[in-house]
Amino acid sequence: MHTPTDHDRRQFRNVWVVAEQREGVLKDVTFELLGAARRLARQRRGEVWCVLLGHGVRRMSQACLDRGADAVVLVDDPRLEHFVDDVYATVLHRLVERHRPEIVLCGATARGRALIPRVAVSLTAGLTADCTGLDIEEGTGVLLQTRPAFGGNIMATIKCTDYRPQMATVRPRVMSAMEPQPGRTGRVLVEPFPENASPARLTVLEAVTDARETVHLADAKFIVAGGRGMGGREAFKLLAEFAALVEGAVGASRAAVDAGWVDYAHQVGQTGQTVQPKVYMACGISGQVQHLVGMQSADLIIAINKNPEAPMMKLADYSIVGDVFEVLPAMMKEIRRT
Amino acid sequence: MKIVVCIKQVPATHEVSIDPVTKRLIREGVAAEINPFDRYAVEEAVLLRERLGGEVIVLSMGPPQAMDAVREAIACGADRGVLLSDRSFAGSDTWATSYALSSAVRSLGSVDLVLCGKQAVDGDTAQVGPGIAAHLDWPQVTYVAHLEQAGKDELVLRRMNEDGYDRVRVELPAVLTVVKDLNTPRVPTLRSRIVSLKAQVPVLTPADIGADPRRLGLDGSPTRVVRTQPPPGRSKQSVRLEGPAEESARRIVHELRTMSIV
Repeated sequence: MHTPTDHDRRQFRNVWVVAEQREGVLKDVTFELLGAARRLARQRRGEVWCVLLGHGVRRMSQACLDRGADAVVLVDDPRLEHFVDDVYATVLHRLVERHRPEIVLCGATARGRALIPRVAVSLTAGLTADCTGLDIEEGTGVLLQTRPAFGGNIMATIKCTDYRPQMATVRPRVMSAMEPQPGRTGRVLVEPFPENASPARLTVLEAVTDARETVHLADAKFIVAGGRGMGGREAFKLLAEFAALVEGAVGASRAAVDAGWVDYAHQVGQTGQTVQPKVYMACGISGQVQHLVGMQSADLIIAINKNPEAPMMKLADYSIVGDVFEVLPAMMKEIRRT
Repeated sequence: MKIVVCIKQVPATHEVSIDPVTKRLIREGVAAEINPFDRYAVEEAVLLRERLGGEVIVLSMGPPQAMDAVREAIACGADRGVLLSDRSFAGSDTWATSYALSSAVRSLGSVDLVLCGKQAVDGDTAQVGPGIAAHLDWPQVTYVAHLEQAGKDELVLRRMNEDGYDRVRVELPAVLTVVKDLNTPRVPTLRSRIVSLKAQVPVLTPADIGADPRRLGLDGSPTRVVRTQPPPGRSKQSVRLEGPAEESARRIVHELRTMSIV
């Protein structure tokens, strides 16, 4: 195996962001990463490039430029209509080989976490998952990537000295997006779909965005979550109503999911999802460690529980001793008041 | 159908604690268990074998004590196990780990399906499953929540994402990573435990699986951990509100307004 030399590494320049879009709408994480990329590119004296893959996505190029990209690398092809892991991976691999970015960032979403590891393996690149901090090391210019492990119980800082590009998936809502500058100018590089790519071995038969199934835990700024203390399925309607009012999402503890009160897609914690919202409001959740590891990185934690001794009440920034069915309606009334 | 399930032995979560002095994770003397997501992968493999026939092989890489996890998976229904354990595997990052596991899958010959948990709860990276698929150049389906149809050449599955799910058809051989919703793992019986303790589980080295030792361990890993530290503490002092619901509600909503949340 050939270990790259300094000379090899100097061939790699610029910071790339792999955009994520669904049904013609760019995900916020793309803008957040463009913001982070600007900062890194300034330190590395390079440019920010945004990779836009899909079908009918060309018109989204300007939005990427408005949010801080100096160039958009566009592959617009019917074969990229749906997310097919290895097809997307092949296209991104070829783009990286051709243009040699120094750093590649992508959202730590279901897609990003499926796509980027494939590309990092095929390129022999270093990859760090679910980063919450990115920095340039003084002197070496190497990317320092900080990420939580063991469910947020420990933070690890990781780097890749030898191989390029340095790749990272980054958690949504951690980096700050730049204010859009409408009409900001930049280049759009239109690249062809690689003709000698092997045929797809996976077919998307149906992409279901059922409103009932829509959970958006990963994107939500505000999560209102219920546990065993909610008492039953009906109580989750109250949480849904609250979530709608604050434009948030409904989360749940494993106990509530296992009781059949709410779908698994809502489960937060070790065997559910790890979330990092601005506000996590835990209603009737005692706070088993398996749940805490999934949400303890929230900016603000509010707990409502009858039992003041519950572990969640000790972790919370605000712990409200009381009945969820009194406190939540009172909060909703207060929010609606203005 | 020849199915390989990749499992990892992880510290039991309820045992995870931080040393108050060194601020590092206490690993010594901590109980270990099969990574929770991997249990769903084992169960799905066993269900597939029961329907379609074939064989379920559990594969793990780790220190010698990871043998316990392999035997546990055999007790849960796997037919046999393989453990990759050798000093040259130690310190592997996800690139080197997925290289080692993919080499083992290749050496097992004519495997149709590789199943993994969506991620391990210690590292939380979710990179090894897709990494194995990339090393093998097989298609992959991640976050599999439901198996609709299984044939000998293809599967129809549901994969979860932030907005709902996709129904996909994938050709075999393939790599799947699974979430909890997929099934309810069976509990080992006394009889299956005895069988698992008697099972011959080979312990393999890089040479046994045809892996290049230069691509393994710390030397074969593109990434390095520079340092670990405790997470930033929760800055604010915890505030307890015990008054009437209306009063607590007003106080909290005021705080949320100040933060421009509502």
